[in-house]
Amino acid sequence: MRYLITLKATKQPATPPPADLMEAIAKLGEEAAKAGAMLDNGGLAPSSEGARVALAEGRIGVTDGPFTEAKELVSYVIYQVRSKEEAVEWVSRFLRLHRDHWAGWEGEADVLRVFGPEDFGPPA
Amino acid sequence: MAEGDPGRVVEAVWRMESARIVGALARMVHDVGVAEELAQDAVLLALEQWPRTGVPDNPGGWLMLTAKHRAIDLVRRNTRYAQKLAEAGRDAEDRVRSAEDEVNEALDDPIGDDVLRLLFVACHPVLPAEGRLALTLRLLGGLTTREIARAFLVPEPTVGQRISRAKRTLTEHRVPIELPPPAELPARLASVLEVVYLIFNEGYSATGGDDWMRPSLCEEALRLGRVLAGLMPDEPEVQGLVALMEIQASRIGARTGPGGEPVLLLDQDRSLWDRLLIRRGLEALARAEALGTLGPYGLQAAIAACHARAVVAEDTDWERIAALYRVLAHVAPSPVVELNRAVAVGLAYGPARGLEIVDALLDERALRDYPQFPAVRGDLLARLGRHDEAREEFRRAAALTRNEREQALFLARAAAQETC
Repeated sequence: MRYLITLKATKQPATPPPADLMEAIAKLGEEAAKAGAMLDNGGLAPSSEGARVALAEGRIGVTDGPFTEAKELVSYVIYQVRSKEEAVEWVSRFLRLHRDHWAGWEGEADVLRVFGPEDFGPPA
Repeated sequence: MAEGDPGRVVEAVWRMESARIVGALARMVHDVGVAEELAQDAVLLALEQWPRTGVPDNPGGWLMLTAKHRAIDLVRRNTRYAQKLAEAGRDAEDRVRSAEDEVNEALDDPIGDDVLRLLFVACHPVLPAEGRLALTLRLLGGLTTREIARAFLVPEPTVGQRISRAKRTLTEHRVPIELPPPAELPARLASVLEVVYLIFNEGYSATGGDDWMRPSLCEEALRLGRVLAGLMPDEPEVQGLVALMEIQASRIGARTGPGGEPVLLLDQDRSLWDRLLIRRGLEALARAEALGTLGPYGLQAAIAACHARAVVAEDTDWERIAALYRVLAHVAPSPVVELNRAVAVGLAYGPARGLEIVDALLDERALRDYPQFPAVRGDLLARLGRHDEAREEFRRAAALTRNEREQALFLARAAAQETC
């Protein structure tokens, strides 16, 4: 099963992320890759560098960022794991690192299952 | 993981950590069977305690630590027993201390050479192939006996027997829990790669029943391959196997039609191919190529990559594929490789050239019951306009396959020859 995880920051301390947090994140990422769980990941620039394309009332509209939400998407990761609980455990480890290394940071991650061939295949 | 159903959390964490825990314990107690029992004890304790106390902040660490304590208790008990026999007290206390050091060392090893050792033990050549498969899925995949039985369509007690017999054999042969010495490494690694690829193929094209695939076995094999690639990053064939599996797995979504019927490679809707897996496969192939000469898995990956790179089937570089098959036939000669070469040559240089290669294989005993042999021959004959002969070949292929979906496909191709 494949899961897409999007991480949002809800409270960012004024200080930049400490070096030991970045180091711990890199180590966890390496671990997840070596465990065969992490397929892909990446950081996301602030939405001020992005745009939103919307369809409403038959019209395509483009709005440049920043988006108005208080939460900024900061990164994404794709895991291939055997259950939702495994994905949740990897994400929990990731958030634990933030708790332990960057006081004041708060955020949330959405864990979303990506449809795979099993969702479209013939009934087993 | 603070919340969540503790039972499901235990299951997930066990799957994530079992290889590391069992591997570390096995190095201590020198017996994979005992190590697994100790680790299972820790799981039972978790199932007992977590519903009351809540899931600990670091559930994986909790399991590892609990299992470690049980292992130390066991070593202590055994040592005390040995102590009584030998009446050599100080020596025994040293042994407990060194066992504790070993466990602490194992706990400090985040990525886990222990996992690698365990994989080499589970795939040890003293075990029959089916024992290696079952033990690998059990110890490295954390799969239950029932899950393994379901995946391989064999009765649960059979799998249970294979696993316990395999563990007994390892103990009887005193197989050490360590990496093979450098001189033995290539042969032992070949056995590991073989087991991983067997698991993949069992999932990729199920040999029995009416399921065309069992994707979860593919995922498990891919996971094992990625773990192995992470632990042995400098072995070109490990990268080659991973590349091969990533690229093959990228096609899973395109390999079956709406009715569950198999769709052959050249007929597949390539927009359904998984671009992420293709990218990962091509990257692994590039790493394999950078590490040296491609071996059999790397060459097969290079062939798979030719298909992956072709946006439409007509763009396939058949000449390159035919050339790669010629190299593959040289380093790993087999009638099946030669048959595949015939397909490539047939598409690169015309069906007559392909048929020449196929007809040279007519006396191969190994291909006598292989459904793809008449299927390929039928295809080449059909393209040469020899429809009656082609029909016979497709019928033969249908009679040989044990996969019901594939059988239907061959019968349809046989029927199509009537209208030509």
